[in-house]
Amino acid sequence: MSRRRVAVIGAGMTKFMHRALETPKELAWLAVQSALGSSQLKLKQIDCVVLGTAPDAFDGVHMKSEYLSDGCGGWRKPFLRCYVGGGTGVYAVAQAWFQVASGMFDTAIVVCEEKMSTCQPHPQAAFLTIFDPITEQPLKPNLLWIFALEQTRYMETYGISVEEIARVSVKNKRNALNHPAAQLGAELTVEDVLASEIMAWPVHRLMVSPTSDGAAAVVIAAEEVARRVTDKPIWIQGVGWCLDTAYWTNRDLAYPEYVEKAAWMAYRMAGIKEPRKEINIAEPYDPFAYKELHHLEGLQLAPKGQAPKLLADGVFDREGDLPVTPSGGLLGVGNPIAAAGMMKICELFWQLRGEAGKRQVPGKPERGVAQAWGDLMQVGTVVVMGTKRPE
Amino acid sequence: MAERVAIIGIGFTPLQPATPQWSYKELVFQAAQKAYIDASIRFDKIDSFVTCAEDFNEGISIFDEYTPDQLGAVQKPMHTLTQDGLHGIADAVMQIRAGIAEVAVVEAHSKASNILTPDWLLDYALDPVYTRPLDFSPHAIAALEMNRFLSQTGITASHCAQVVRKNRLNARHNPLAAYPLKTVETDRKTQSSPYLCYPLREEEQARHADGCVVVVLANEAQANKARSQPAWILGTAFAGDSPTIESRHWSNADYTRIAAEAAYRQADIKALRKIDFFEVDDTYAYKELQHLIALGLYDKPDKAGRAIETGETRPDGRTPVNVSGGALGMGLPLEASGLYRIVELVLQLRGAAGKRQLPRAKIGLAQSWRGVPTTSGAAVILGSEPPHV
Repeated sequence: MSRRRVAVIGAGMTKFMHRALETPKELAWLAVQSALGSSQLKLKQIDCVVLGTAPDAFDGVHMKSEYLSDGCGGWRKPFLRCYVGGGTGVYAVAQAWFQVASGMFDTAIVVCEEKMSTCQPHPQAAFLTIFDPITEQPLKPNLLWIFALEQTRYMETYGISVEEIARVSVKNKRNALNHPAAQLGAELTVEDVLASEIMAWPVHRLMVSPTSDGAAAVVIAAEEVARRVTDKPIWIQGVGWCLDTAYWTNRDLAYPEYVEKAAWMAYRMAGIKEPRKEINIAEPYDPFAYKELHHLEGLQLAPKGQAPKLLADGVFDREGDLPVTPSGGLLGVGNPIAAAGMMKICELFWQLRGEAGKRQVPGKPERGVAQAWGDLMQVGTVVVMGTKRPE
Repeated sequence: MAERVAIIGIGFTPLQPATPQWSYKELVFQAAQKAYIDASIRFDKIDSFVTCAEDFNEGISIFDEYTPDQLGAVQKPMHTLTQDGLHGIADAVMQIRAGIAEVAVVEAHSKASNILTPDWLLDYALDPVYTRPLDFSPHAIAALEMNRFLSQTGITASHCAQVVRKNRLNARHNPLAAYPLKTVETDRKTQSSPYLCYPLREEEQARHADGCVVVVLANEAQANKARSQPAWILGTAFAGDSPTIESRHWSNADYTRIAAEAAYRQADIKALRKIDFFEVDDTYAYKELQHLIALGLYDKPDKAGRAIETGETRPDGRTPVNVSGGALGMGLPLEASGLYRIVELVLQLRGAAGKRQLPRAKIGLAQSWRGVPTTSGAAVILGSEPPHV
């Protein structure tokens, strides 16, 4: 069996914003159009379309994939929608990767779209419906509470302070100032973050990503096509995903084992043995400030409980030893759930090509990892991309 | 050349109008257990899992949260597709061919009896800006399409009634079927049943049912080790058409034609004679005929009407269609519809279909459609002999 090599050859996204005037279909199409433009392929040269989008409840559309299909460019094409909650944005690239690597298709568009603003008065209400209807929904939980639980557990286990976590918001929102599609770039201090209101202790308002509308897309192609259309293909070197049990209450929330498993699946495929040495940029999922640190540990890029210290030492700054979330992440660019994960893939594509403009990390990075996470603190999805052609 | 992949195990529960005694997790657990025994494999030897499910049908947002435990998929690669089970089969085949997995599992289930207002739910599948405000039942889309289809092809309402009769008669020999024909007068009953939306009658619409199917797929090395007789994947394809009702064709099922052409190419099938039997979508009676035309069975569309008249598509006919009883006879299990067709294909290929066993069943085709208001379909071709590579 010979697995085909697959590369990303184009990326594009819409601006992330609080409330878009475009319909969900239009958002998806804008991202597809911009990714196609970047790849210099035409829609008719695309063999299949993969959609990633999180719960139907946001857009309020049943069988949302069918509704979005023509907006995604899926008209009269093999089209499907894959889904792992918040982890969808990065997973969708893994899905398209194996669709092309299997030899079934030569080219694919992967598009992720989310329009949360249609959910009135606030999408938080839709999140109530993600919990177990018998054992959890009667308690009326919301996301802020469960993340407050997880953050507390993380801080408690490793003796981490709220100040150390607030630094993630400061870094990411500052990085986002240079992102033309960003919703919430800002120049802040740790004091500003801690002065913002407490949503559910220890989570402050400025440690939470916003709700957003937006879409992002990439074009991927098998080696033969990629070589023909670009001299700067960004290779997909490894993909991994892992889903843990639905009984999240039985899990030790201090450390995301499922992220570790997903990461090793991707690293093994990419031939990575020492992730900290062999990875130049990381785009971990940062819907809440502590999640970035939590995920860096799961990704094996920091020892357990040590990520806050490395952050304070400047290791994760754009000019640091391991730039983390140079895009500005979900905290800065915005969080249209699935599209936010895809934005991270787009960021790696631009960074590795040296096309990230003001956000460009120095030193010609060769390899990056993007990661997303979702469901009931339950799923890790990981993609490793690089300038070097895989073995 | 593409690696050979086979189905080495199937597990299923009988379709039932309601299953108040079981939760969806219990249904899935039962089917998974049977499938793993059939494939003689332990759950921890499975590399990857796929579930096909829709949030609104489940009544839970981000439903994929609740998929791993009952399948034995905890801390494994697992994802959900919001598509029919046949898309799931294609997905697993691609994972195996890309080297992600040696053994992959596809699951789809229906707990339709939990949905108190299915038609109301379906309203939410309409375009929220352009279509939903018109405030009509999505079944009207099927009725409009049926009207157009009948007038374009010369097929009659009586032909559609005969499809209902054929499938529900077939269902009498299928222990999995929820709606077999009880009395012989259904022809008349069908043709006098009230209109759902003209010209579509109530009896021509498949009724929902609960059930679950789990399918175990494996690469060639694992398939040759399996104790059960493998059913080889010869072709697997899927396609979408226009979801916008203003711009669709209204008479042809192009999504099926596109998917079928791709599947035939993969299976190297040039003459449809090579396919011994078909399991196609019959959510509405006219859809069976429309899908058979899209699959390329007839050189002229009106021959689909003649075929049902002459009994060509009966189990003893030249091209048996929906020997299982189809959705009209078995019931409509939402995303699991395609996988129940796979179950029938596998049982027939193994020669294990009991009373409804076809004398010649070496290659079979399953086709799915996702129901109104979608234009999304898939096709899978299975064979009892491995494909030539």
